[in-house]
Amino acid sequence: MNASSPLQVAPAAGTTEGYNFGYLDEQTKRMIRRALLKAVAIPGYQVPFGSREMPLPYGWGTGGIQVTASVIGPADVLKVIDQGADDTTNAVSIRKFFNRVAGVRTTEKTSAATIIQTRHRVPETPLAENQILVYQVPIPEPLRWLEAREAETRRMHALAEYGAMRVNLYEEVARYGRIAKGYDYPVEVNGRYIMSPSPIPKFDNPKLDNNPALQLFGAGRERRIYAIPPYTKVKSLDFEDYPFTVERWAQACALCGATDSFLDEVIVDDQGARVFVCSDTDYCEDRRKQGFRGAAPDALAATASGAS
Amino acid sequence: MTALTIPTAAGLAEPALASQRVFRQALEAMARPGTVVGTEIVLAPPAPLSRAAGALILTLADFETLVWFDRAAQSAADYVRFHTGAPLAAQTADAAFAIVADSTNLPPLTAFALGTDEYPDRSTSLIVEVESIAGTGPLMLSGPGILGRRPLGVHGLAPDFWHQWRTNHRAFPRGVDVFLTAGARFVALPRTTTVET
Repeated sequence: MNASSPLQVAPAAGTTEGYNFGYLDEQTKRMIRRALLKAVAIPGYQVPFGSREMPLPYGWGTGGIQVTASVIGPADVLKVIDQGADDTTNAVSIRKFFNRVAGVRTTEKTSAATIIQTRHRVPETPLAENQILVYQVPIPEPLRWLEAREAETRRMHALAEYGAMRVNLYEEVARYGRIAKGYDYPVEVNGRYIMSPSPIPKFDNPKLDNNPALQLFGAGRERRIYAIPPYTKVKSLDFEDYPFTVERWAQACALCGATDSFLDEVIVDDQGARVFVCSDTDYCEDRRKQGFRGAAPDALAATASGAS
Repeated sequence: MTALTIPTAAGLAEPALASQRVFRQALEAMARPGTVVGTEIVLAPPAPLSRAAGALILTLADFETLVWFDRAAQSAADYVRFHTGAPLAAQTADAAFAIVADSTNLPPLTAFALGTDEYPDRSTSLIVEVESIAGTGPLMLSGPGILGRRPLGVHGLAPDFWHQWRTNHRAFPRGVDVFLTAGARFVALPRTTTVET
């Protein structure tokens, strides 16, 4: 390859020779790229695509990886999170994968990334116009639990026949006194398609609405790609008398004291002592660097060092 | 299948990197309708294909996609077939991509594949050559991907194009999506975009 080409950027350390850029072959990328363009043109509609075998099992983000591989270029900076954390197995492996097969730079900082691949969270730090958020999606069809037949759910989307979904939400109100879904809470995109936001906590749903970043969704096993363009209206389904609300905690983050972030409950010793900490590790660290402190800033020191 | 004359003009140099670059611009254009992007890709497609149109079709077409050429663009058909392997579409309604070099004689948008209610993605993406595109002008765009409204100026489209566009927009989720190209610049109009003239 011509080293003086303006398209070339020196690959980051750790690149493995012998793979096409981004692992996938060019024909696969073209097929996925065509699906992505149609997905953006029809917000919330699930575009079928020919998902490929990837060097990791379904359920580990094969859909998200194929979308990222088709979008990523040498100038990109990639961040990968799993449940908000940059340092979990899935996130580390995927970051390393793209470092090896595309030679791209990776980061843990939300603001420094141009592409963020995520499993089950949207970063707390607001996204910008130059960023693309790629979601890993296990089950893209929001109506699947109500109707098992693909031909039938496809027709329901075609006719915008979403009564069953409304009844399902109403049944939760009748049974529990509220809409009980805590994650994968269905949304309506641009006033037309009902879409699964992937299993993000409903806490993150408001971030999908009118986001400056482009949001792409990839479901590898189910072979579907869908998208939300920037600045698009995304509404969480609800009722006038049972409006959509997000979860709140009585606690603040034990490490950084944040009261506006999604908190994970973590058991810290054999006696069952527990603390609440930010699920978004980058956000939490950033706040601590700025000098914010929670009630127990060293709560995770023992677990982080590997001691039990 | 018509016999193919091997073209003298080169395709994309460094295809993996060049097509990634062009695709990202196309994605950006489609995600933010009305944003005028300019490709820096080095490419000299045969007339009447502009650099932008050539880059787009070489990036997106392959043996899986039927491409339709209008009469004026026929001279570039062999170039595209040779470099992409794409078969020719006999009719507009069969085309995954359509290349229109003579925008004043654009077939009605409804003549292209509009997709079905079940599969609205199975629709034609048009690449239409125009005289010029500017990020300012009398057109006002709104819809997904646009914060508020975005101005656009286009020269060289048939006068009734925007009327047809309104009909296309109203057919949502069915409809065609359009790239307008001029020289190295292009702009995308997904079916969701409302255009006030």
